[in-house]
Amino acid sequence: MTYALATAVTAHPGPSGVPLAAAAHGFLSPTGVEIAFLLVGLLTFGAALVTVTTRQLVHAALWLVVALGGLAVEYLLLTAEFIAWVQVLIYVGSVVVLLLFGLMLTRAPIGRSPDADSGNRWAALAVAVAAAAALVWVVVDAFRTTWIDLDGPAAGSTEVTGASLFQHWVLPFEALSVLLLAALVGAIVLSRKARAEKSSPPVNSRASAGGSPVVPESRNHPSGGHRPTEQEGAR
Amino acid sequence: MHLAYPAVLSALLFCTGVYGVLARRNAILVLMSVELMLNAVNLNLVAFDVWLSRTAEETLHSGQALTLFTIAIAAAEIGIGLAIVLAVYRNRGTSDIDKLRDTAEGHGSGTDGDAPAAEKAEATA
Repeated sequence: MTYALATAVTAHPGPSGVPLAAAAHGFLSPTGVEIAFLLVGLLTFGAALVTVTTRQLVHAALWLVVALGGLAVEYLLLTAEFIAWVQVLIYVGSVVVLLLFGLMLTRAPIGRSPDADSGNRWAALAVAVAAAAALVWVVVDAFRTTWIDLDGPAAGSTEVTGASLFQHWVLPFEALSVLLLAALVGAIVLSRKARAEKSSPPVNSRASAGGSPVVPESRNHPSGGHRPTEQEGAR
Repeated sequence: MHLAYPAVLSALLFCTGVYGVLARRNAILVLMSVELMLNAVNLNLVAFDVWLSRTAEETLHSGQALTLFTIAIAAAEIGIGLAIVLAVYRNRGTSDIDKLRDTAEGHGSGTDGDAPAAEKAEATA
């Protein structure tokens, strides 16, 4: 019974087109690009896993650099070179630096912090594994016989990308610049507003609530100590 | 190249980001996981754009244009998100998501101190 089932499973992909594709592309003899993509993909996935599981917060940001850089290499392998360099410039260059600034400004503990993970870690793991299994199964089943032809001119060189961006996508591009301006102004307004509201009595502060033992006393001190100077600055 | 390779890698990265968003406690680590999810979507867009630009003669390269837009919006999002996290940290003295339960349903002021302490004990155990 099980033998029949196994033969049915192994024989199932036969008539659905795999031999044809294998004849054209060589299913069991991957090309060099595929091997490189697989290795860099494993590195990227491993770095992403370490990013979401490590208990050292600064190390998480540094492993995020590895994951994003690996993705840039994947873009290069997919011949989208302009996107690869944009990825390196924006993500590795600015986003990770911003995240590191945020970690430093919120006084993230250097070294292992025992409460980096929430209590619902196992529920999150179950959800993530179920989603991964479903997505991978659906994607592999859908694109089992689809191949990307990477020969010929690059699909994402700077010339091609710039031409399509400024011929067909000019209006979204300009709207995006307005959005970036709005985000810039919004970030400035947010950080200034937080400073101005310090002069009013804190409405929902943790320090006045009953749960103050949860917050370490050393974390409350700087905000309390800065209050007089910030009041002067706000007026 | 087999199209399943970038698609599977993108799915795995997205689920890693989902796990990070659900399981992390620090707000900045949650933002990092959101970045992972956005990058997974970007990889999908680039792979499918390269595939479709080979099969179709006339192509708008919409996948790569949308990837650039996604990257720019992600940069804006991380700026605003960090500003919000810093404002919360200045007001509350913590960037811990589990302790920011003011809009949560079903808890009064009496259980306010108990629930984070219980979760903390659970996390350290």
